[in-house]
Amino acid sequence: MKAQLTYLAFHAEATVTPLAPRAPRGLVRLRKFTRRFGTNTVIDALDLDIAPGEFVALLGRSGGGKTTLLRTLAGLDEVVGQDVQVPSSRAVVFQDARLLPWKKVWRNVALGLKGPNVRARAEAALREVGLGHRLDAWPLTLSGGEAQRVALARALVREPELLLLDEPFAALDALTRVKMHGLVLDLWRAHRPAVLMVTHDVDEAIALADRILVLDAGRIVAEERLIAERGQRGEEGRGLRQRLLGYLGCDVPQGEELSAVDVGASFAHSVQEGVA
Amino acid sequence: MSLFTHLNKRLAFSHWLSPLGFLALWELGSRTGVIPERTLAAPSSVLVTLWSMIVSGELPENLAVSFGRAAAGLVIGVSIGITLALVAGLSKKGEAAIDPIIQIKRTIPTLALTPLFIVWFGIGETPKIALIAFASVFPVYLNLYAGIRGVDVRLIEGARSFGLSKGEVIWHVILPGAMPALLTGLRYSLSVSILVLVVAEQINASAGLGYLVNNARDFMRTDIIVVCLLVYAGLGLGADALVRAIENRALAWRPSLVKA
Repeated sequence: MKAQLTYLAFHAEATVTPLAPRAPRGLVRLRKFTRRFGTNTVIDALDLDIAPGEFVALLGRSGGGKTTLLRTLAGLDEVVGQDVQVPSSRAVVFQDARLLPWKKVWRNVALGLKGPNVRARAEAALREVGLGHRLDAWPLTLSGGEAQRVALARALVREPELLLLDEPFAALDALTRVKMHGLVLDLWRAHRPAVLMVTHDVDEAIALADRILVLDAGRIVAEERLIAERGQRGEEGRGLRQRLLGYLGCDVPQGEELSAVDVGASFAHSVQEGVA
Repeated sequence: MSLFTHLNKRLAFSHWLSPLGFLALWELGSRTGVIPERTLAAPSSVLVTLWSMIVSGELPENLAVSFGRAAAGLVIGVSIGITLALVAGLSKKGEAAIDPIIQIKRTIPTLALTPLFIVWFGIGETPKIALIAFASVFPVYLNLYAGIRGVDVRLIEGARSFGLSKGEVIWHVILPGAMPALLTGLRYSLSVSILVLVVAEQINASAGLGYLVNNARDFMRTDIIVVCLLVYAGLGLGADALVRAIENRALAWRPSLVKA
């Protein structure tokens, strides 16, 4: 499956005219990617590039094709005859942590790992997410936040080039979510994978991402780059938030904005010790 | 005063009181002649008979024969059940080939096949073991098959997203996920095997618990019959305890058994 994906990708690339100046090669590259279920077009001629180490947030209403896109990038759906290039080194964190309840926490992290020192690597990853004390716990005894941290450790222990986050914090309470934002940023800075985070939370996207894409009816209808440093996005965020909500078809009257962007981003830094 | 009410309350809610009272009434009935010996032996004489049968070696020998039959039939039946369920559960072709036949066969009560099995296998050990094996295939098959098909698709996808091969997904996700169902099936198979054992041993046996019961019937030895009933009950309890012990080990991850 993986091999097939890569093969198709290179094959497709070879058909590009050799005279065209080559852009710096992106990690993820989709051209005119289309996905239909019956007569229903879920994704419609979509182009997507993600550079190595880039943090991209994908916003969209439910039913807009976010999950379908993510499944394709995760290699869960067959891609036949399409121009899709995805690194084989990738990992997913799902909204529901999807830990195997019959495997202890460290074995969940080590799932499918090859090579020496599997246990040591799993332990290190779990310590990094602040769960060094729950190595031998059963997953069903974990809280929602802990389970999601195990899922993060399970993704990161593979040192992926592409980390896919599928609404990873949607099921968590507000405080835990803010802590997780801080943790994700820390891990991203430490390991520098490219990240594609699917979310429906505009503030979360503004607080975490370098670039925000809005997907609607199978097309990318807006793209926004964030310039300000994380944690100092109050100014930039306010207008952006308004625009993004507009793209999502949800107009907020002026003056009713929440300041969750500022709070979220700055709090994310202040609680990082609390996570560990 | 309060001690008396306390005692009264404890007695009123204790679960061993009614069976004990029942035994006492039974003993009383036998002693006074209300229950004749040839209808039902007294509990005390059952105990005496049990002891003498153990000491003489009569009970252990015949129990071993019956146990051997049940065990042999179970091993064969459960192995076949697991194999068929794996083939049918893990592949579409296997499902198409196996499941319809099993569903058809399931409608035939196993014990109704006894005459046919005697015609095929004679009246020795073979038809007895074959009947037990045949009957214990289905509970394991049905439960394991449903268990495999019922494994959470999201867990399978999660594992696939980490690059696990098909074989690894089966080993790490599908089989452990179907384990609780398999153990339920195993528990049913065990009790079915004992049920069929009782009937199968009525086929011209020259050893085993069924043989003891048949002989006792001819001599109207109700005490021996009750002893054998006790042993059958003991077998059932033992089988249940065995599966529960396996469950405690294999399903230690389940929330009801997990100590946080």
